[in-house]
Amino acid sequence: MTFFRNTLSALLGGLLLATAAAAGGLPGDSVYQLTAGFTDQDGHDFHLADRVGKPQVVSLFYTSCRYVCPLIIDSAKAVERSLEPAQRDRVAFLIVSMDPARDDPAALRGIVDKRSLDTRRWTLARTDKAAVRQLAALLDVRYRELADGEFNHTSALVLLDAQGRRLARTERLGGAADAEFVDAVKAALNAAGD
Amino acid sequence: MNGLLALVLTAALAAPGAAEPGWAKLPGNPAFRSVLAYEDTRDGVRVRPFELMRTPVSNGDFLAFVKAHPQWQRGRVAAVFAESRYLQHWAGALDPGAASAQQPVVQVSWFAAQAYCEAQGARLPSWIEWEYAAAADETREDARQDPAWRERILRWYANPSSRPLADVGSQPADVHGIHDLHGLIWEWVDDAGSLLMSADNRDQGGADKLQFCGAGALSAADRENYAVLMRTAMLSALQAQDVTANLGFRCARDLAGATP
Repeated sequence: MTFFRNTLSALLGGLLLATAAAAGGLPGDSVYQLTAGFTDQDGHDFHLADRVGKPQVVSLFYTSCRYVCPLIIDSAKAVERSLEPAQRDRVAFLIVSMDPARDDPAALRGIVDKRSLDTRRWTLARTDKAAVRQLAALLDVRYRELADGEFNHTSALVLLDAQGRRLARTERLGGAADAEFVDAVKAALNAAGD
Repeated sequence: MNGLLALVLTAALAAPGAAEPGWAKLPGNPAFRSVLAYEDTRDGVRVRPFELMRTPVSNGDFLAFVKAHPQWQRGRVAAVFAESRYLQHWAGALDPGAASAQQPVVQVSWFAAQAYCEAQGARLPSWIEWEYAAAADETREDARQDPAWRERILRWYANPSSRPLADVGSQPADVHGIHDLHGLIWEWVDDAGSLLMSADNRDQGGADKLQFCGAGALSAADRENYAVLMRTAMLSALQAQDVTANLGFRCARDLAGATP
């Protein structure tokens, strides 16, 4: 009975979700209100609103960064590893480049291959300069392009719910996954329905 | 003869780059000394020629914008782009009420300011463009080393902020023909989110150091220039959806035909 009720509510939830998305009815506090176009590592164009339906772990990086950026991907992978296999399929990872001048899809693809990222779950993406600023503002990531083309930036993983609302963030990078953040991801998966 | 003169005049007015009344052209500076010292900008920062609005955007201007772009009206704007106090000083979504058409618009978020400028085919100025423009006084392009200039600007900060805002353009124009960069409101800049000044995590040591990638610790190159430093401290403390009762904006744009 409980199972049935859960399934029913999940179904209804799914229907509501689909309706809301179709009507452009994103919540006002959704990061997906940003309508800019993005392109992934395989050259496919998408909008953030296309990602409605699954909780996402989102971050910013750039491919030529040697120091902290590999840690950003490490940290996201640590979050991935700390989930049960069944849970992993219901979360997505979106890492957006803050260096659109240099990070074309081929550069992003290079990182996907080098880091063995499963593109069923992982998306590396680029957008234009103005949209990077807007996304960074929405995620409260601060960055500045340096004279030598490197970037000075803060680093964070931000958890969005299935509708793109900000649920949690962690700035703890390297080492084991931030347990509090992982708990937030699990809670988001439960809330998104089984 | 008159016909010929008229023709020449028309041609001159229509020529590319002909000045529009609301915009001032600034020559730029190959090595502008910012009040901020990043590790990579010790030798100055190149400011390319650009155009800046002569006055901040007024309530009247902003009303026209929200009429044409309803998604930026109070009550309709997505919460992610503007907090609940957005334009709260207006009487209604399309009624500035006691806020006069000629006063600068305030209580607008960075996202809204950006959208306004984009709708004008423009953008927000970068911090360095704003700082460069704001270094001028009525007769000099860079008056910053003059103690009297510094005094005058600092005096504004001593004014009670409860006083009603003056109309835009009521202070004298500077050498570029620009008004109100000081003495009226705070102004958003495009890269407000890059002023890594608030709670500088690099100083905390330990794991927090990992938050930053690459060089670029920020310090003040000119610690005597309090007025401008206060601006950067204020901007760096704000989130892009925040609004305040003294924070407005003006737009900038690249020169026509200039290569980016």
